[in-house]
Amino acid sequence: MSDAARTASAAENRATPTAENRATPDRATLLAAARAVPDPELPVLTLGDLGVIRDLRIAGDGAVEVDLTPTYTGCPATAVIAADVRVALRRAGADQVRVRTVLAPAWTTDWMSDSGQRKLREYGIAPPGPAAHAAEGPVMLAFSVRCPHCGSADTREVSRFGSTPCKALWTCRSCAEPFDSFKAI
Amino acid sequence: MTGVRTLLPLAAYALALGDDALILAQRLGEWVARAPQIEEDVALANIALDLLGQARTLLSYAGEVEGAGRDEDDLAYQRDDRDFRNVQLVEIPNGDFAVTMARQLVFSAYQYELYTALLTSADPTLAGLAGKAVKEVAYHRDHATQWVLRLGDGTDLSHARMQAGLDQVWPYTDELFDPADQLPGVAADPAALRPAWQRYITEVLSEATCHQPEPRWRSRGGRDGLHTEHLGHLLAEMQHLNRSHPGATW
Repeated sequence: MSDAARTASAAENRATPTAENRATPDRATLLAAARAVPDPELPVLTLGDLGVIRDLRIAGDGAVEVDLTPTYTGCPATAVIAADVRVALRRAGADQVRVRTVLAPAWTTDWMSDSGQRKLREYGIAPPGPAAHAAEGPVMLAFSVRCPHCGSADTREVSRFGSTPCKALWTCRSCAEPFDSFKAI
Repeated sequence: MTGVRTLLPLAAYALALGDDALILAQRLGEWVARAPQIEEDVALANIALDLLGQARTLLSYAGEVEGAGRDEDDLAYQRDDRDFRNVQLVEIPNGDFAVTMARQLVFSAYQYELYTALLTSADPTLAGLAGKAVKEVAYHRDHATQWVLRLGDGTDLSHARMQAGLDQVWPYTDELFDPADQLPGVAADPAALRPAWQRYITEVLSEATCHQPEPRWRSRGGRDGLHTEHLGHLLAEMQHLNRSHPGATW
């Protein structure tokens, strides 16, 4: 179940802090380092853009504790993200890192930063709309999604499920290009 | 290895919900590369992945509460069929696409009510999982609903096959709502989930021009470890690699 995590932990073992950054940096520096880690599936986004780093503390024993929330409960990238965060924090000078998975409050696409939304569009993925409109009621409403290639609103949903749990498959009637759309949850 | 009957009620509850999700994830995975269209390969694999994520959280938690050192992998791969607590609905073979969609409608509508109820559970792990899972399950329920509407209210042939699918899975629906160990404030009372589930099902079936079957028999006993012959075959495939190479890492 955790082959990805094991592969990633091999990379982690190679990351050893250098002599000059041995002293534990402050929380703000560490938080910035964790937030700057690219998402393994969507490297155009950082974990900060995604909103999955929920908290970071320096514990009583000097270890750096990070609270990480998964996007989807089954998302296979979660284990890789945790390993990448450990590597980044050790590179930033942390000695001991503990990653905690927190489920509540549940992640929502509303936590995605504005720059994250813009970067997704530039990458060719339609960013999520507001999550409040997504669920509720027997028939789910799909709001019109703009084509990230040509900007047209004349698009249609092909399938509510796409190449990763967080995306749906759409196609554009104007430029005839298929595209991924980030699901609002 | 400890049998399920000695488990604490909370561990047994987490295991029951986790086994439902795990076994259905495995069944849905069988559709990959066999679905009627590639979008459905992708959709069913995505739904299976969401269920597997729920199962991992629930099985890990069951092991933690049990306190005997069993982790999610031990629970998924090292138990025999009589130690699984899933309802029989999730273990029966996929059948054709209409049978699978009938089961998806029944089960996702049930899970939607289950996780909605668990949002207010006094247990932080169950409530935390429910907050995430209810959003995922809303998509599963919508997916099944769209197909039941399309097939039921489609051609004469698609209607007949959709109704046949419903007829096939309906004897397994009562079991979802059978009384369980009482864990007041922590677990959801299965019987209390039924009215909202029924309202949703009635609405969808009526719009799909199908009728709710009235089967002359019903399944029993999944939560006590009594299963159909199909579960053993499913486990043989799911557990084979882990049991052939115990403790292997890569």
